[in-house]
Amino acid sequence: MSAVDNPRAPYVRQKTTRSNYELYGWVFMRASGAVLLVLIFGHLFINLMTGEGVHSIDFAFVAGKWATPFWKVWDLLMLWLAMIHGTNGLRTIINDYASKDRTRLVLKGLLYLAFTVVVVLGTLVIFTFDPCPAGAAADLLPSFCPAP
Amino acid sequence: MPDRPGGTLYRGREGMWSWVAQRVTGVLIFFFLLVHVLDTAVINVSPEAYNAIIGTYRHWIMGLGEAGLVAAVVIHAFNGVRLILVDFWAKGAKYQRVMLYIALALFVVVMAGFLPRHLMNTFGGH
Ligand code: HEM
Ligand code: HEM
Repeated sequence: MSAVDNPRAPYVRQKTTRSNYELYGWVFMRASGAVLLVLIFGHLFINLMTGEGVHSIDFAFVAGKWATPFWKVWDLLMLWLAMIHGTNGLRTIINDYASKDRTRLVLKGLLYLAFTVVVVLGTLVIFTFDPCPAGAAADLLPSFCPAP
Repeated sequence: MPDRPGGTLYRGREGMWSWVAQRVTGVLIFFFLLVHVLDTAVINVSPEAYNAIIGTYRHWIMGLGEAGLVAAVVIHAFNGVRLILVDFWAKGAKYQRVMLYIALALFVVVMAGFLPRHLMNTFGGH
């Protein structure tokens, strides 16, 4: 392909892509961003600014949070929205910088693989979490666990 | 895909730099999140294993990393709100530069509230 179009070439209409995918992506980036602001600021505040901050976080701390459906839903929403928002953002960046078809294909393949693994794993972790695992040292467990 | 010269030297003003910052911080947060979901997943291995993993977050080097991460999240979020307003608010485009400085001012305020407490938790006697 020559570097610039022939200046005398008649205008040729681009074939439409027949989908509004990019428009929905654009709207989603903004809607999810607004929700993520609340979810992530809340997450960071509770985990870093209450009690002794990072020094308060351990198994019992998380068990206490995930004992309530409230924080489970909070974390689940945060996981899904952040991963879709971030993956869509990276897709745009790959489209911008990887100009070879093959490179783009490989990078996007890796991106979607990472997305699937992380979302599935993170979702399973929330749903299969057991705050009082049998056989664990009692002093590591939250206080509401029945005495062994 | 376009396969032609893209190399005009475009040096925009604040608008371009805030766009670069939005990219860089977005990518950074994304890669943190990949690792973060993996470290959180260790919670289903055993309490001991999770405490060992999350215990590394208490090291002061990690503490500085966390401060950087929070800074990236806050700047990305506030500039994100600015972008939303530019697109959806009728006067958004007109005030885009003013809003960038408001976002930066809010960033400074939030970090001034966050940093002392976080650094005390990180470096305070434990
Ligand atoms: C240094 C800062 C951070 C610390 C100390 C931290 C700590 C934690 C902890 C202790 C949990 C376990 C559950 C809970 O407490 O709700 C968790 C889960 C989670 N965090 Fe964070 N977090 C940090 C930053 C972030 C950021 C910036 C994001 C978003 C991009 C994020 C997204 C998540 C998600 C999605 C989960 C749920 C993971 C799963 O489903 O398995 N965290 N985090
Ligand atoms: C805290 C709340 C957040 C807000 C308000 C927000 C807002 C935004 C907005 C408005 C955009 C511009 C989208 C566009 O140009 O179409 C954007 C881009 C982006 N965001 Fe976020 N976001 C947030 C959190 C996150 C998180 C947690 C991640 C990573 C997991 C992330 C990663 C990205 C990426 C990679 C881009 C693409 C940048 C580009 O195309 O240049 N954002 N964000």
